Amino acid sequence: GPGRIMAAPGGGRSGAPEWGGFEDNMQGGGSAVIDMENMDDTSGSSFEDMGEMHQRMKEEEEEEAEGEAGAGEEEDGEFLGMKGLRGQLGRQVADQMWQVGKRQASRAFSLYANIDILRPYFDVEPVQVRSRLLESMIPVKMINFPQKIAGELYGPLMLVFTLVAILLHGMKTSDTIIREGTLMGTAIGTCFGYWLGVSSFIYFLAYLCNAQITMVQMLSLLGYGLFGHCITLFVTYNIHFHSLFYIFWLVIGGLSTLRMVAVLVSRTVGHTQRLILCGTLAALHMLFLLYLHFAYHKVVEGILDTLEGPNIPPFQRVARDIPVVSNAVLNTTAKAVALTL
Amino acid sequence: FAGLADVSISEDIPVEGEITVPVGSRSPDEDYSTLDEPVRDTIMRDLKAVGKKFVHVMYPKKSSTLLRDWDLWGPLVLCVSLALMLQGGSADSKDDGGPQFAEVFVIIWFGAVVITLNSKLLGGTISFFQSLCVLGYCVLPLTVAMLVCRLVLLAGSGTVSFIIRLIVVVAMFGWSTLASTAFLADSQPPNRKALVVYPIFLFYFVISWMILTFTPQ
Repeated sequence: GPGRIMAAPGGGRSGAPEWGGFEDNMQGGGSAVIDMENMDDTSGSSFEDMGEMHQRMKEEEEEEAEGEAGAGEEEDGEFLGMKGLRGQLGRQVADQMWQVGKRQASRAFSLYANIDILRPYFDVEPVQVRSRLLESMIPVKMINFPQKIAGELYGPLMLVFTLVAILLHGMKTSDTIIREGTLMGTAIGTCFGYWLGVSSFIYFLAYLCNAQITMVQMLSLLGYGLFGHCITLFVTYNIHFHSLFYIFWLVIGGLSTLRMVAVLVSRTVGHTQRLILCGTLAALHMLFLLYLHFAYHKVVEGILDTLEGPNIPPFQRVARDIPVVSNAVLNTTAKAVALTL
Repeated sequence: FAGLADVSISEDIPVEGEITVPVGSRSPDEDYSTLDEPVRDTIMRDLKAVGKKFVHVMYPKKSSTLLRDWDLWGPLVLCVSLALMLQGGSADSKDDGGPQFAEVFVIIWFGAVVITLNSKLLGGTISFFQSLCVLGYCVLPLTVAMLVCRLVLLAGSGTVSFIIRLIVVVAMFGWSTLASTAFLADSQPPNRKALVVYPIFLFYFVISWMILTFTPQ
């Protein structure tokens, strides 16, 4: 703890303030200026040394015939001649306080702002990341045995950032106009919001359904599940065939969802719980991909415009190869998505 | 401390803590020697340091100047000029589809902080501000690309100009990534270089994307 710097000098001094003796001595010396050369500087703030010096001087003094008058002045307690000494003491006290404060602050900082807490989650090799990316698309067969999930955050974090980049590209090529907010903010908010929000929600459900999974593992699982989303969006933002998108949605989205679902099922007991957990995750994951594709697309933009009001100029629909059959499906899906937004 | 043997200190008062000696004054002269020089000297010295680092970025050799004397003036200047040049690119007259000044600023600094944290978490030996310094300075080629793009767009905005801009931006993007990798990759354990390079690649990719898709009104 902080050092206590008050030590009463021993000896036969009871009741009177300690420093009165010094003043007495200095005044006995004949000048109000403290001669600091006489101070033993090497002992620093040690009051014991001061006390000892005082003790010695007191003993010398007692040999003289000052007696009552000296005692009276001691009890007066005025620190007339003490200003220089107090200045040095004041400096030392301030110095000590600064050291203590600095020590406490650095201790608090190293405790709370320590990024070493996250270090074990970033301990990966490139080979491991690659293999985990590929594995995220392969549903496991063994669901009776709890599957191992690597609690790693590097891969998921990079995937979320990649998704943000792909989303930006998609928004720009489709000339999306964000009315409130910015493109960048929307992209980052959407991706991180999904990753963190849905992970927390599923973790909460897993807690209710007694599933064996930790928060980091859930973040990791969902993060790697975004790999399918990245691939799908990367391809379909550049090649605008809606049927192609549906195929990718079912196949790639479905595969990564199946993998996540299988891992969760292997860690949950009980049919109802499994159903709740996996149904929720599958629905959210697949719907998110649907949302990402359509929300930043020309079709929905037009619908939103007509929903908002007449003073917005009608947008130009660009001719595209959309098979006639799927038009109705497309429109109803997009309307449903727009209405639920 | 033999003389203290007969000094009795009452037991209930703890005597603890450090006995620190306030070290004698260091000479104040050497600290304040740069305070008396004319302002012009100070500014010129800083400008020269910044300019030297710019040269190091454009010709990335393995020198440690950028790492040793880091400073954030260069990145600030580059960031502000890039953000200013990216202003005014709007698809709509009232609400812009293009990045605002604050957006570019936040992207660059937030991205640099994330990359630095990532490289530290992966076991890098570089310090926080050194990494920020390197990443900031390596935005220089992209700023040059932005300048070129704006000049090309003054001439016209057809397919030809798009192709020219694409080539220029891609080349500068490659240069930026290579330059920052040359400085930062050395501080990583050798088998994890790819893990550190990828976020840098993404970061400069996003900035290049912002530059390439910039269309003035």
